[in-house]
Amino acid sequence: MSRWISEISDWILARLPIDKVWREHLSEYFAPKNFNFWYYFGSLALLVLVNQLLTGIALAMFYKPDAKFAFDSIEYIMRDVNWGWLLRYMHSTGASAFFIVVYLHMFRGLLYGSFKKPRELVWIFGMLIYFCLMAESFMGYLLPWGQMSYWGAQVIISLFGAIPYFGEDLALWIRGDYVVSDATLNRFYSFHVIAVPLAMLALVYLHIVALHQVGSNNPDGIEIKMNKDPNGIPVDGIPFHPYYTVKDTVGAAVFLIVFAVIIFYMPEMGGFFLEPENFIPANSLATPEHIVPLWYFTPFYAILRAVPDKLGGVLAMGASIFVLFILPWLDKSNIKSIRYRGKIFKYALATFVISFVALGYLGTQPATPVATIFARVFTVLYFAFFLLMPFYTRNEKPDAAMPERVSIEPALDETLKKNWPRMKAQFLEISVIREIKTGSGAVYKIPVLDVEALLALIKHRMSNFKKSKT
Amino acid sequence: MFLGSFCAAAGGVNLEPAEIDLTDKASLKRGGQLFVTYCQGCHSAKHMRYSRIASDFGLDEAEVSKDLIIGRKTINGSLTTAMDANVARDWFLGVGPPDLSLVARSRGSDWLYSYLRGFYLDETRPFGVNNSVYKDVAMPNVLWELQGLQKAIFKTLDGKPVLDRFEIVEKGGMTAIEFNQAMTDLVNFLVYVGEPAKLERVRLGKYVVLYLLIFLLVAFLLKKEYWKDLH
Repeated sequence: MSRWISEISDWILARLPIDKVWREHLSEYFAPKNFNFWYYFGSLALLVLVNQLLTGIALAMFYKPDAKFAFDSIEYIMRDVNWGWLLRYMHSTGASAFFIVVYLHMFRGLLYGSFKKPRELVWIFGMLIYFCLMAESFMGYLLPWGQMSYWGAQVIISLFGAIPYFGEDLALWIRGDYVVSDATLNRFYSFHVIAVPLAMLALVYLHIVALHQVGSNNPDGIEIKMNKDPNGIPVDGIPFHPYYTVKDTVGAAVFLIVFAVIIFYMPEMGGFFLEPENFIPANSLATPEHIVPLWYFTPFYAILRAVPDKLGGVLAMGASIFVLFILPWLDKSNIKSIRYRGKIFKYALATFVISFVALGYLGTQPATPVATIFARVFTVLYFAFFLLMPFYTRNEKPDAAMPERVSIEPALDETLKKNWPRMKAQFLEISVIREIKTGSGAVYKIPVLDVEALLALIKHRMSNFKKSKT
Repeated sequence: MFLGSFCAAAGGVNLEPAEIDLTDKASLKRGGQLFVTYCQGCHSAKHMRYSRIASDFGLDEAEVSKDLIIGRKTINGSLTTAMDANVARDWFLGVGPPDLSLVARSRGSDWLYSYLRGFYLDETRPFGVNNSVYKDVAMPNVLWELQGLQKAIFKTLDGKPVLDRFEIVEKGGMTAIEFNQAMTDLVNFLVYVGEPAKLERVRLGKYVVLYLLIFLLVAFLLKKEYWKDLH
């Protein structure tokens, strides 16, 4: 029996290099041993991608891409299809989760300089994946055929109309009609389930192959390939499998817990993952008061609205995404990790993060005059981070001396264990003890966060901070 | 117009919180009876099947047929209305009564609760009533025989009239407390109709999370074991 199995496997391996691929990309792919919290999001993005593919395949079996039936078919999935509600929530929550993990994954790249030489192509493939993801979610969001689906698509497609000479014709060509209609729904469905996922899978493949060619970066920004043992193995490297496969499994478990809590207890996420107005069927005669894109597009939407001219706004929005592609060539510093970079870069990155989050918030709000002024300021700061980068990184002085070898941080759970008494004391300091009576008459004393005590603590800390500054 | 007035209304009116409890099967059933009696004449909830109601509320087919099914429909039918949509559009100023399957998800329970209790006398409107959360709504006050008729007392705030309180002009068949309870039941039912799967998902969620916590523990210990001799 066992001889039989080994003969079959030999036969296959002689014809298909499974073992070679396994070694090159898993068991003998040497990753730096100092990956921290930020390094979970790459594998999580892959997990979410698989989730989207599998739930998407199942949903496509029941969904009807027809303006007459689309909205009702979603409700059919939610009510009459066995476990349809779970599939739909996994898919809708997965869409937002995808952006959360991808944004954190990209931010990790910014933190540790993973976009820099020799990883420029890894970054560009990643940006192309992000671009596909935006197209994928934009077109997917039309499919439920609710009010926000419809009007969101109407607004975004009309942006193409701002392009001079052929803009209106282009918008018409994309819609296949003078307004968003059944024709638009059908082509978006086709792109959403076939074209874009195929492109994404190809790009994910390229992203990983390009990464494994140059090797992974790490929180210290030190090239581990520069320091190899006599066998040619990086001394600070460990085989991806089993070390990072088991570690990423822990990350996946934590992610899935958060994911499950959202799916089972708050699938609408307060209107951010599923918008209330999208529970009203699309109506081409009733325009919603505020057309708000889903949360992951709101930073770019805020930039679009911040520019008074329509074409200018479209160009600014395009530029805000394009500028990320050329990031590897904007950063002139040869220090990779935030740990050793100069103060100016640290402040610049903090400004960028604040601008991105602030623009994201402003994109969800009505464009009042005050909000527009804020959006303009943050838009300028957003672009300043990138466009001034060649100047403020050119002669960067390291903030700390870079070590020869990677430094090992204590694992997350060890840090937690060490700080637990302090964290607990701090929590009790800002909480009040509530007595909770159960039906059987038992009384539990549970500490509950006291917002006033928290605010008082923050005030106290702030005044201490000010005192220490002066 | 439809949504514009919603946003305007939601901006200016304090909504009263509805106390929703989907585990209260008696309340859900009372709400269902109110729906089929007072709403279904004009509004459908076409995505809701009677059979689903029966299994979710723990009722048998005969009970559902007796208490909830109006007209000649089977248990597998859904809560459709007998009103013709085209005719209704003419009757109600161009906008027919919307399907209420998802109204609780688009409007929210607090809005519905405040809306249902917010009809007041207004001679300028075609049906003689206006609404405090949905100004100039085309819907008549179908619940007047339960609630009675009320008038709105306005006060002036920053030079604009703002609703202060309601005053009952003519008593209805229910006291204020009874009516509030009835509306809570009705909104409870509409929240259920908006997402029947909510009963199931909230029940299942804890088991899924518990399973994942155990999985996390196993994964964590496995990781510890693999990593312990690395340095």
